[in-house]
Amino acid sequence: MSTRLRELIRSVRACKTAAEERALVAKESAAIRASLKDAEAHYSHRNVAKLMYLHMLGYPTHWGQMECVTLIARASFPEKRIGYLGLMVLLDERQEVTMMVTNTIKNDLKHRNHFIAGLALCALGNICTAEMARDVAPEVASLLHSKNSYVRKKAALCSVRIVKKVPDLADEFVPGTSELLSDRHHGVLLCAVTLALELCVLDQAHVTHFRKHVPVLVKILMSLIRAGYSAEHDVGGHADPFLQVKLLRLLAKLGAGDADASDAMSDVLANVASNTDGSKNAGNAILYEAVNAIIGTESVGGLRVLAVNILGRFLGNKDNNIRYVALNTLAKVVAVDTQAVQRHRHTIVECVKDSDVTIRRSALQLVYALVNDSNIKTLAKELLDYLGVADVEFKSDLTRRIAQLITKYAPDRRWHVDTMVELLSKGGSYVAEEEARDFIVLITNSPELQGYAGRALFRAAFESEQHSNRFQLSAVAAWVLGEYGDAVVAQSTRLQGEVHTVIAEADVVKLLESILGDYHAPTAVKQVAITALAKLGTRFKTQTSAVRGAMGKVGTSANVELQQRASEFCGIFDRGPALAVPLLERLPPFVMKSKEALHGVAGRGKHEGTAVHSAPGGGGGTAGGVGDLLGDFAGLDDSVPSSAAAGGTGGGADLLGDLMAGYDATPGYAATPTGASVDPLADLMGGVSMQPTTTATAADPFAGGAAAADPLGDLMGTGAPLLAPQTRPQPAADPLADLMGGIAATPAAPPPMNAAAFDGAPPAATPSFIAFAKDGVEVSFVCAKPDPMDPSKTTVTATTVNRGGVPLLGYVLQAAVPKTMSLSMRAASGDSIPANGTVTQRLDVTNSQHGTKALAMRLRLAWNAGGAAVVEQATVDFPPGL
Amino acid sequence: MIHFALLFSRQGKVRLSKYYKPYSQKERAKMVKEVTTQILARPSKLCNVVEHRNLKLVYRRYASLYFCLAVDDTENELIVLEIIQHYVEILDKYFGNVCELDLIFNFHKAYYILDEVLVAGELQETSKKLIARLVADQDQLVEAAKIGAVEADGTPLQNP
Repeated sequence: MSTRLRELIRSVRACKTAAEERALVAKESAAIRASLKDAEAHYSHRNVAKLMYLHMLGYPTHWGQMECVTLIARASFPEKRIGYLGLMVLLDERQEVTMMVTNTIKNDLKHRNHFIAGLALCALGNICTAEMARDVAPEVASLLHSKNSYVRKKAALCSVRIVKKVPDLADEFVPGTSELLSDRHHGVLLCAVTLALELCVLDQAHVTHFRKHVPVLVKILMSLIRAGYSAEHDVGGHADPFLQVKLLRLLAKLGAGDADASDAMSDVLANVASNTDGSKNAGNAILYEAVNAIIGTESVGGLRVLAVNILGRFLGNKDNNIRYVALNTLAKVVAVDTQAVQRHRHTIVECVKDSDVTIRRSALQLVYALVNDSNIKTLAKELLDYLGVADVEFKSDLTRRIAQLITKYAPDRRWHVDTMVELLSKGGSYVAEEEARDFIVLITNSPELQGYAGRALFRAAFESEQHSNRFQLSAVAAWVLGEYGDAVVAQSTRLQGEVHTVIAEADVVKLLESILGDYHAPTAVKQVAITALAKLGTRFKTQTSAVRGAMGKVGTSANVELQQRASEFCGIFDRGPALAVPLLERLPPFVMKSKEALHGVAGRGKHEGTAVHSAPGGGGGTAGGVGDLLGDFAGLDDSVPSSAAAGGTGGGADLLGDLMAGYDATPGYAATPTGASVDPLADLMGGVSMQPTTTATAADPFAGGAAAADPLGDLMGTGAPLLAPQTRPQPAADPLADLMGGIAATPAAPPPMNAAAFDGAPPAATPSFIAFAKDGVEVSFVCAKPDPMDPSKTTVTATTVNRGGVPLLGYVLQAAVPKTMSLSMRAASGDSIPANGTVTQRLDVTNSQHGTKALAMRLRLAWNAGGAAVVEQATVDFPPGL
Repeated sequence: MIHFALLFSRQGKVRLSKYYKPYSQKERAKMVKEVTTQILARPSKLCNVVEHRNLKLVYRRYASLYFCLAVDDTENELIVLEIIQHYVEILDKYFGNVCELDLIFNFHKAYYILDEVLVAGELQETSKKLIARLVADQDQLVEAAKIGAVEADGTPLQNP
C-alpha cells in the first residue's frame, strides 16, 4: 500500500540520523519501484511527486524518469502537470527520454487548452535539446502569433531557448518577434524584448533589423516612466522595473555603434537617468541599466557625465550591492574615460579595504586600471599597505600586479628599488620568482644603485628575520649582497637622503651565515647564499677566514647539494686567489628588457635539452654541470632567481651563467673582466679564439697534469679541447646551442659519470646498457634524469644498431611499463635500419613509486629482414638506482 | 540569463532547485555543495552577490531560507534581486505568509509557481496578480478534474 507524499515527507523529517533516513529512503524507493512495475496508474501521480522529493534530498531517481514520460502522455491536466514537472526536475538530458517525449510535446503544443500548451512550452523552454529544438521550432514560431497572451509569452521565452540551442533557426523567429514588440501585454512584451535581445546577441544582422524598432521601444519606455501608479506592475514606486531594465538592455544593444539609433534614444536615456528615484533597490536597478546603456551607446558627452555622476553617487551609497555594481561599471568606464573615474579614486581605494570580499575584489581590479604615471606613488603605497592585510587568495595576484605596475610606471629607479624591496618584504613568498629575477636584472643594470639596493635589502632581510615567508627576500638579498658586497659596505656609494646604515663586512657575512644556518630556508635559497658567501670570500679581505669557517660548516650539511657546493668552494679557495678571484668575478649586467630575453634563453635551453637528449653528456640534465644549470636557468627546479643559482655550481656553472646571461650581448665579454691569459675557462666559454693546447697548458697549474685531468672536462662533462673548436666558430650565434651542439656532436666525449659526480645531483645519467640483443639487432639504452629535483622521471634513449648484414625494414619498437609508471614515446628517427645503421628513439618514463619500485619495462620489437617478418619480445633489466 | 535557481535552508538543506542549463546530476550535487557553503559562510551585512567560477550568485535571505539565482556575469544584479523578491512575494501571497514548512510540504507548488515566473532562465511575467490568478486557475482545473466536473483535459476553461 502506497503512502502519501505528505507522510513520506513527515517520516523523512522525523529521521534522527542520516543512516535512518537512508534506510527509509531505500524502503520507499523499493515501494515506488514495485508500484511502477505493477503499473498502478492511479498512483503514478503520487510516485512522481515522491521521486521529486527524493531527488531533492539527493538520492538517485533516474530509474523513475520513464514514469514522467507515461504521465505526460495521459490526457488529463493534473497528470500532465505533474508529469511535465517531474520531467523538468528529474531529467538528466538523456537522449532516449527526450526523444520519447518530443512527440507528446508536439501534440500538446497544439492543444486547445492553453494551460496544456503552456506546460509543453514551459518544458521545452527549460529542458529542450538541440534535436528537440529543430523538431518543434515551426510549432513554437507559430505560437508566437497565438491569440492567448499566456501562450505568446511562453512561446517567446521558449524561442529564446531554441535559438540558443540551434542558432541556425533564428531567422524563423524574427518576424514573430517584431510583431510582439508592439504587444500591449507587459509579460508578452517583456518576453519579446528578451527574445529580440537574444537574437541580436546571436547575429549582428538582427541588430540592424531591430534598429527600426527603436522609436517604438523608446515610446514604450517613455510611457513607463511617465505612467502613473498602477498596482499591477508597481515595484517600489517604479512602473515595471523589470520591463524597463530589459528595454534599456535592448536599446543599449541596438544603439551600440550606431549614431542615429543612439541619438534617437538619448532623450529617453537622459529622462530615465535624471528622473528615476534611487532610494530603493528597484530604482537603482533601472539607473544602473541606464548607465550601462549610456556607456554602451554613442551618447553625447553630457549624458556620459550624468552616467559617471550616477556611479559616483552609487559609490557613496551605504548599500553594499550598489557599491558593488558601481565598482564593476566604473571598471568598464575607465577604459573610455579615465579622468572621470580618477575623481573617485579615494573612494575606490577605500573599497579595497572593505570587509566584503566581493567588493574588495572588484575594487582591486578597478585600482589596477586606475594606476598611471602621476599616481603610481600613492597607489603603490596603498596597495602595499593592503598587501599586509589582504586575503591569502589575493596575495599572489596582488604582488604580481604591484610588480607589474611598478615596472611599468616607476618614475625613477631609486623609487623602483625601494618599492620592490618593500614588496619583497611584505609579499614574502607570494612574490613570483619572475618578479624577483626582473628586480635583480634591474639592479645589475643600475651601477649607481647597487650599493643602495644592497643596503636596503640588507635592512629588509635583517628585519624580517623572524617572518616565516621571508625566503624570496632572502634569496634576492643574498644574491645582491654576494655580487655587490663591496659596494654595499663602501660609504662612498651612499646616496643623498638615504637612511644612515653602516654595514660592516662582518655583518653581511653573518647575515648570509644565518640564512645558511636556518632550518626552514629552502635549499634553493641556501644555494644562492653559499654562492654569495663564496663571492664575498674574494671581495672581503678581512672576512676570508670567516667565510672559510662558514663554508666548512656547510660542508658537513646533510644536504648533498649544499655539501658539495661548499666543498667545491673550499677547494677553489685552497687553490689560491689565482683561480678563485676570476672564477668568482662579478657578473656583467644582465640584458634589460629582461622578460623576453630571459624567457627566450630559458625556452631555448629547454628546447636544446630535448633535441640533444640522445647524446651522452647532452643537455636536459644528463651531465651534471650543464644539466643542472639548464635546469636552474629554465627555472625548472629552483625557486631562486635562476641566474643566481647558476652562479653556484662552481667555475663551470658560473661561466655558463655568464654565457647565458650574455646571450645576445657581445661575444667575449666574459673574458673582459678577467683577461684572456688569466682565465682560460672564461675565454673558452666566451668564444674567444684560443688554441686547445693553450687550454690544457693553462689548466696545468691547478689541474696538476695532463689534459685528462682538465678541470673543465670535469665541469662540463666532456673534453674541453674538443669543446673549444665547436664553440669558437660562431661566437655571435647562440652560444648555448653551440655549446650543447658541441657536446652532443662530440663522439669522443667521455662517459658523463664524472660530471654527475662533480655536481652531486642524483645519478644524472647511466652509461648505456644493452636492453636487447639478438640476431645482430642490438638495442642499447641510455637513461637520464631530465629533472634533478624529480627523480621519478627518466628519459631513456634507445638506440638500435643493426649488426646483421641485412637491412631491416618496417622496424617498430614498442614498450610497456607497469601501471605505476607512465610512458610516452617520441617518434623514432627512422623505420628502417640499413646494415650497420642505427635508429634512435626517446622514451619518457615517469615512475610514480620511485624509490619503492624499480623501473621495469617490456619491449616488443618487430621488423622485416630480407622478406621475413620478425617479432621479438624482451624484458629490460635496468641498472639499480633508477 | 539565470543558470539555476536554488532555495536552501540555513542548514544547507535544499528546498528547491531548478536548472536552466544542462548540468549532470553529479555537477548539480557539486554545485549545490559549493554554492551553499559559499553563501552560508557570508555574514549578513555583506553584499548579496558572490562570484562563483564564471557565474554570479545573487542571493537573498528570508528568515531561515536562502533564495539564490546564479546568473551570467553580465546580468544586472540589482534587478535579479528584484526577481527574487518578486517570486517570494508571489509565494507569500499564495501560501499566505509563507514559511519554510509550506515549501517543504508543498515543494511541487513552489515549482509550479516558479514555472510561471521563470522560463528558459528568463523572467516571464511581472504582474504578481496575474501569476496568482494563473496558478489558482490551474489548481482549480486539477481539483475539477479530480471530482470529474470537467472533461479529462480541462475543456471548460477556455480563457484565463
